Amino acid sequence: MDLTIERGEIFAVLGPNGGGKTTLFRVLSTLIPLQEGQVQIAGCDLRRGAAEIRARIGVVFQAPSLDRKLTVAENIDIQGALYGLAGRDLAARRDMLLAQFGLADRARELTEKLSGGLRRRVELAKGLIHEPELLLLDEPSTGLDPAARSDLWRYLKSLRDERGTTVILTTHFLDEADGADRIAILNEGRLVALGRPDDLRAEVGGDSITIETLSPTQLATAIHEKFGVVAKVVDASVRLEVPAGHEWIARLVEAFPGQISAIRLGKPTLEDVFIARTGHRFWREQQGPEA
Amino acid sequence: MTRNRPLRAAAALAWREIIRFFRQRNRIIGSIGTPLVFWLLFGAGLSQSFRLGGSAAGGPSFLQYFFPGSLLLIVLFTAIFSSISIIEDRREGFLQGVLVAPIPRWAMVLGKVLGGTLVALVQGLIFLLLALTLPIEVRPLAWLALVVLLFFAALALTSLGFAFAWRTDSSQGFHAIMNLVLMPMWLLSGGFFPAPDWSAEGHIGQQMLHAAMRVNPLSYAVAGVRQLLSPNLDYGGSWVPGMASCWVVTILFAAVCFTAAVLISRQRMTGDLL
Repeated sequence: MDLTIERGEIFAVLGPNGGGKTTLFRVLSTLIPLQEGQVQIAGCDLRRGAAEIRARIGVVFQAPSLDRKLTVAENIDIQGALYGLAGRDLAARRDMLLAQFGLADRARELTEKLSGGLRRRVELAKGLIHEPELLLLDEPSTGLDPAARSDLWRYLKSLRDERGTTVILTTHFLDEADGADRIAILNEGRLVALGRPDDLRAEVGGDSITIETLSPTQLATAIHEKFGVVAKVVDASVRLEVPAGHEWIARLVEAFPGQISAIRLGKPTLEDVFIARTGHRFWREQQGPEA
Repeated sequence: MTRNRPLRAAAALAWREIIRFFRQRNRIIGSIGTPLVFWLLFGAGLSQSFRLGGSAAGGPSFLQYFFPGSLLLIVLFTAIFSSISIIEDRREGFLQGVLVAPIPRWAMVLGKVLGGTLVALVQGLIFLLLALTLPIEVRPLAWLALVVLLFFAALALTSLGFAFAWRTDSSQGFHAIMNLVLMPMWLLSGGFFPAPDWSAEGHIGQQMLHAAMRVNPLSYAVAGVRQLLSPNLDYGGSWVPGMASCWVVTILFAAVCFTAAVLISRQRMTGDLL
């Protein structure tokens, strides 16, 4: 895997569970050592300059990291102290973040009394207390309702635009990755795609047609013989990427009467990108135990 | 913009321990209640059968003899509770955030251990007020020395607990260590019964007990506290270390345990990853 993430971009690492996202996140956040290869963050080598890197990144874990027996303000103050902040600076910064996240009136509440969504906001405020250059988030949308999720994205974009903060996040939501400036798709620990979401979709080309049928293998062969286009069998349905898909629908249905039980036309999605690169569906791996 | 300030970080983590402790009332009761009940029950119940030294009359009551041991038991319990909390910190995720913070490991250990030590010290001092009910005369300087000695004993026990707890992934696992190491350490500290003196012609069992109590570093903390509280006690035929060795051993014990805790905390645990 070889990739460079630019300063000031929102970069999403997309992949099914067990695809290596979390391992990448742990390496970047200095939680586990790098086994082989090289990582540089803001010009510091991860192996030698971990201490320097730690001061410059903000980390928001997927698992909760709040002390439940402390109040919201106390949690953030301790985090600030860990990052060398104190006194008026810390208080001002804390109050600003609490206001931004709509937590100002909850500052004195114990975090164990907050709802899951509010706790996620406190986690985020915690990760931002020292104004990191790079913000790392592991599955930030887990446990957030759609409204909270779009709030989160609005906030991440404003961080990028106003402060030039680089954001790296991992996600297994395909539609969520669409909001990022660039994405990397990981599958089984390998980088299978890298680029802007629009470019990746454009690479898949034209439209995607999905055909439900009882005998997908035979149909795929038949389509290939008759029209000379690549038809793939993906999880018991036949899939092809073609330009001007609407014309193909009529052509296919007429050519194979009775064999097609359903046919669907779609613009390529990131899932199509994933399928094009790996030959299987995104969610297939979901059934296995989580790594 | 962030600067590395390990001591400030340690202070914040220590403060966290103190807030947490006083917010959980059951912990206060748990660590001070049992030793208090033991002290009153054993102190009153065993005084008929307890006689220190050769003197039939004029020796200390068992209530008085058992006091330093009870005091150290409170410190030990509090140290254990605070060590177990590192297991909770890891399971609840708080530790993850500390592990990726730009602070050296010793600062993390110092924060955790110092917090536990101060909590244990406060608990000990509350119990120490009960010493005023005993027939003792303690000079002001000796009170100060008591606080310092208790501080080092608490630091040692909290660090020791931390060193064990770091490598334990469940509080059940820690209970085994408690039964195997910490409780025997207290029982053999001379807090509950006097250490037999060494004599070449003595019984082999007596000699083994003497050796076990003599190598137990906690014996020196207990003996130190006892001598500061009751300087003129007649110990008769029992073994008591001198005051100087009480100081040296207790401070050394704290230094060794703290160093061990720092070294052990450098190990990554699989439980660090949630």
